[in-house]
Amino acid sequence: MIDSFILNALIAGICVSIIAGGLGCFIVWRKMAYFGDSLSHSSLFGIAIGIVLGFNATIGTFITCLIFATLLTFLQNKKILSNDTLLGILAHASLSIGIIAISLSNQYINLDAYLFGDILTVTKEETLWFISSAIFVSCMLFLIWEKLVLITINENIAIAEKINIKLIQSLFLVLLVIFVATCVRIVGILLITSMLIIPAAAARQISRSPGKMAIVSGLLGIISILVGVYLSIIADIPTGPSIIFVLTAIFTLILLSIRRY
Amino acid sequence: MKNNILIEAENISVIRDKKEILQDINLTIHKKDFITILGPNGAGKSMLLKCLLGFFKPNNGHIKKSEDLKISYTPQDFTIDKSMPITALDFIMLNKKVKKKEISNILNELNIEDLIHKQLSVLSGGELQKILIARSLVDSPNLLVLDEPTQNLDVSGQLNFYKFLNKIYYEREISILMVSHDLHMVISTTKKVICLSNHICCSGEPSKITQDPEFINLFGHEFADMMSLYKHDINHNHIGKDND
Repeated sequence: MIDSFILNALIAGICVSIIAGGLGCFIVWRKMAYFGDSLSHSSLFGIAIGIVLGFNATIGTFITCLIFATLLTFLQNKKILSNDTLLGILAHASLSIGIIAISLSNQYINLDAYLFGDILTVTKEETLWFISSAIFVSCMLFLIWEKLVLITINENIAIAEKINIKLIQSLFLVLLVIFVATCVRIVGILLITSMLIIPAAAARQISRSPGKMAIVSGLLGIISILVGVYLSIIADIPTGPSIIFVLTAIFTLILLSIRRY
Repeated sequence: MKNNILIEAENISVIRDKKEILQDINLTIHKKDFITILGPNGAGKSMLLKCLLGFFKPNNGHIKKSEDLKISYTPQDFTIDKSMPITALDFIMLNKKVKKKEISNILNELNIEDLIHKQLSVLSGGELQKILIARSLVDSPNLLVLDEPTQNLDVSGQLNFYKFLNKIYYEREISILMVSHDLHMVISTTKKVICLSNHICCSGEPSKITQDPEFINLFGHEFADMMSLYKHDINHNHIGKDND
């Protein structure tokens, strides 16, 4: 019989892997790794606000990440600074402000849990949030899938074919924000992007279509959650890094074993 | 807006970095038009397309589009990132509401049936161009917009491409708007030429345009004389029917 805390952890982890499978492909295709990183860094600020004002940290994260993503997109369109400079400034500024806010809150907060995740403390109530997020994000992504793939391949072709690219891209950002807000609990702020990138990068090596890449990516994520949690329990190591370690091992194995085409 | 008009652009101006890239452009695209935009580098050809297609909002002017306008666009600088795994066929069908059976004649005509199961990222420039053309014909558009469509094709490829374009123009209820540098091919294929050099220098039937002083001014005497020799039909070629 599996302990309920492990069961909750596995449910949460599988839900996050399913979301990461689809979204991660777009992060790889659209070269948004640094964007994802910055978004997750900004989530600490949301967590701090949530704690200080006394509401749910996940809601705090969701709201701050959404504001951050909107601000970032607005500034990127203004083209005042190059993208990576802009991301570097905003990501680390919000991370610093988040840590300052937490330290000023006069409350004991286990910072490690937010930086590296704490999947084994996921409660039964929280698993409901994970399940509904996974269903919502998967359905939305399925609905906009073809349009988003076309926008990713060539924006101008998509505009000519009357696709509302601003709407589709905004929806994608909202889904990404939902992912960050849910995934903080699993692998932590510092490792969120790897949950998006590594399964997708591994799946790319063995996939011949965008849809298959997303499915394979999700499956690799699920395997790494199952093995990672098991490894962390038997070896008594932190769970977040353990999951990412397993993912990296899978990626390396695939890379070494496939014939390049 | 009249029934047979697809796009009507009035007094379009674009200013970038204090330079007027497009000056007061008036252009109407009707149903069954076949228009080619010619002009030297930096004449604003691609910018004009961008404005007409809605990628770029001009600083001045209005663009009206008919409600039944269905555009297919073939970009000039199409590349595909290696991180995107997609076969040529999946790309052709992407976001199109058609079945594979319905596009078999297009694949046949373009002679690309061998290519469609290959990954897009391994195709050569010329092959990619054919796939783009195939995609742009699926779903029966009424306006085909092509930005330098033959830049990656060799001479026989270009010739075959223009023959194909001519064929679909006559076979389908379609308008074509194209930016091209292949002047000699354009003269014998297109129905109307617009010479652009930030403003419209001259426009009209290809055979007449080569006599226009503005055309001669833009491209030079020798060139204009040479062009007037290229009035014979595109179907009359000396290279043969084999393709590249």
